[in-house]
Amino acid sequence: MIDEELVQLLTPEGERVTHPEYASTLNGEQILSMYRDMVIVRRLCNESTSLQRQGQLALWAPMQGQEGAQIGAGRALQPMDFTFPTYREHGIAWCRGVPPENVLRLFRAVSTGGWDPQKYRHHVPTIVLGNQVLNAVGYAMGVQRDGANEAVLTFFGDGASSQGDVLEAFVWASSFNTPVVFFCQNNQFGISTPSSTQSKVPLFRRARGFGFPGVRVDGNDLLACYEVTKAALENARAGGGPTMIEAYTYRMGAHTTSDDPTRYRVDAEVEVWKHRDPIERIKALLVREYQTRPAAFEAIAQEAEAFALKLRDDVLAMGRPDPLSMFENAYSETHPLIEEGRREMTELMAAGGAH
Amino acid sequence: MITTMTMAKALNEGLRRAMELDPKVLLMGEDIGKLGGVFRITDGLQKDFGQDRVIDTPLAESAIVGTAVGLAIRGYRAVCEMQFDGFVFPAFDQIVSQVAKLHKRSDGVYTMGLVIRLPFQGGIGAIEHHSESPEAYFAHTPGLRVVSCSTPNDAYWMIQQAIRSDDPIIFCEPKSRYWEKGEVDLDNPPRGLYDAVVRREGTDVTVVGYGSSVKTMLRAAETAAAEGTSLEVIDLRGVAPIDFATLTASLNKTGRLIAVQEAPRTASIGSEIVAELTERCFYSMRAPGVRVAGYHVPYPPARIEEEYRPSVERILDAVDRVMDFEG
Repeated sequence: MIDEELVQLLTPEGERVTHPEYASTLNGEQILSMYRDMVIVRRLCNESTSLQRQGQLALWAPMQGQEGAQIGAGRALQPMDFTFPTYREHGIAWCRGVPPENVLRLFRAVSTGGWDPQKYRHHVPTIVLGNQVLNAVGYAMGVQRDGANEAVLTFFGDGASSQGDVLEAFVWASSFNTPVVFFCQNNQFGISTPSSTQSKVPLFRRARGFGFPGVRVDGNDLLACYEVTKAALENARAGGGPTMIEAYTYRMGAHTTSDDPTRYRVDAEVEVWKHRDPIERIKALLVREYQTRPAAFEAIAQEAEAFALKLRDDVLAMGRPDPLSMFENAYSETHPLIEEGRREMTELMAAGGAH
Repeated sequence: MITTMTMAKALNEGLRRAMELDPKVLLMGEDIGKLGGVFRITDGLQKDFGQDRVIDTPLAESAIVGTAVGLAIRGYRAVCEMQFDGFVFPAFDQIVSQVAKLHKRSDGVYTMGLVIRLPFQGGIGAIEHHSESPEAYFAHTPGLRVVSCSTPNDAYWMIQQAIRSDDPIIFCEPKSRYWEKGEVDLDNPPRGLYDAVVRREGTDVTVVGYGSSVKTMLRAAETAAAEGTSLEVIDLRGVAPIDFATLTASLNKTGRLIAVQEAPRTASIGSEIVAELTERCFYSMRAPGVRVAGYHVPYPPARIEEEYRPSVERILDAVDRVMDFEG
C-alpha cells in the first residue's frame, strides 16, 4: 500500500514519517482531542448499528475505518467554511457540531434531512450519488462572488467518482477556479463494486487532467488527512482554486445495515486493514510520544459509553412525526394542492379514517 | 408606458429589469453571454452586467442546475437557460432530486428560488431534440412549479415574477412565438403568475391551452364563430399549479371542454385538466372532455411536424365532437 505518491505522516504502527510537502502541526493536546472524536464517532456507528438491528432505525450507513479521514478533514475546517456530505459523513457532522441525534433522524425515518444546514454550515445528507458535489461548486461560486474568505469541502466516494455530476463539477471548479476541495474517500467499495471497476488509474490522478492538483493521502492517517485538507482549504481560500484529495481507506463494515459484505470480499483483506486502524495508530503515537496514560484513554472510553447511552435515549424518544407535517415546507409559497392535501388528511383524521 | 416588442425582446427586458432590481440575480447558460443565447434572449446582458452575473458556462446541463442549487443555498437567484427543451434531460436528476426537494429536506431553511428557462414546443422546422414539450415531467414533481407565457406582455412580467418567487420554477417559453410582436405594459403587471386568463369569451366550448397553442386556439375560435359556435379560449399560464377556479367557472358556463397541447396526450397536462374538471364540473358537462394533443410518437421530422402539432383543423374537429355529443 505504501507508495511514493501516498501522503503519510504516521505509519500503521504509529511511528512518524516525514514527507517533503507536508509536516504535522498538531500538538499532543490536539491529537488527543481528535483521538476522542474518532472514538466517539466509532461508538456512534456501533450504537447505530445495534439500534438498527433492534428495529429502532430503518437503516444505518456505518463508517468504521474511515474515522481518520473524516476527523482529519473535519477538524481542518474553519467555522465559516461550508461542507457538502453524502449519507456517510457522520464524522464530519460531528466536527461541524451537528447534534448526534440529529444525524440519526434520517435513519430513524422521521425526517428527510435532520439538521439546520445553515446553522452548522453543513449541508443535509445527499443520497443520490454525486449531486452534492455540483451543489458545492455552485456554493463556492457564490463565495467567490461575495469575496468571502471561505472554502467549501465536499465529499464523495470511489463509487460516486464515476458519476457525471462529479466529473462535471471538476470541469466547472477548474474553469471558474472556485474555492472548493473535493474530498474523495476511496473506501474500496461501492456496495460490492470494487474501486478498480470505477477507475483504471488512481483516482487522485484524474484531477490533473481537469487542471488542478490531486493528492492521495493515507485515509487511515489522521495527521496526514488533517494537514492535506488544511493546506487545500487554505489554498482555496487564497484564490488558488480546487484540489482533489483521495483519502485511501477501507470501509471496515458493510455498505449499510442491509448489506452483506461477506458475499464480495475475503476476510483476509479485512484482516490486513484491521492492522491499519486509524484509531489504534493514533493511540500508539499518543502512548509513545506524549506518554498518554491509560487513565486518559479509559476516561474517553467511558465518555463514549455515556455518549452512546444518551444517543440511544434520544433516538428512542423520537416519535412518529405528525402525518400533517408532510405538507410543511414542500413549497415556500402557498400552493393549492398542498392546501387540498392537508384539508383532506385533516378531515380523514377527524373522521378516524387515518392513523 | 405601453410599447410594442417581440416576446424575445420582452423576455430580455424582463431579465434586465430583474437584474437591475436584485443584485443577487444571475443568469447561467450555454452561449448566453457573448452570443446572447442561440435565440438572443439574453442579448447584451453580459455586456451590461458583467461575466460574473451573466455566466457563459461549460456545456453541461446537470452542472448548470446543480451549481444553481449551490448558489441558491448561498442566497443567489440563478436563472438557468436550457438551450433547447430536448437538452434539459441531463439536468433532470438535479431538478427532481435536489431542486424540488431541498426546501423540504432542509426543513424550510433553504429556499430554492431559481428559474429554469426552457424554450419549448415545436413549429420552427428544427431537427430532432429541438421541439420537445417536457412540461408534464416537471408538473408531476412535487416541489416544482411550471409556467408558460404566450404573449410578450406575459413574458415580460412572468419572468420577473418567476425570478422573485422563492420556489423553483420551470419557465416554458414557446420558441415558435419568440419573434411575434405584442404590446407590453411596462408599468402594470397583468395578474398573478399562476392565474389563467380568458383570452376570448365564449359560451359553447371551453378551450384551454398554453404557450404556442394559445394563438392556434384563438384562430380556431375565429373560424368557429363564423360557423356559429362560440369558443371560450383560456390561456393556462400556470401549468403547475393550474388555476382550476378560472377553468371551473368557464366550464360551468359552457359545459364542454377541450384541452390543447403540443405534448403527447398520455399522462399530460391535458389529461390532468380533463380529469380534474370532470370531478369538479361533472353535472355541468354536456360532453366528455377532449384532448387535442401530440400523438404518442417521438416528435416527428419537421417536414411533417404540422400534422403532429394541434392545428386549427384538429381543434375544430374536436369542437364538432363535443358539440355533436349526445349522452
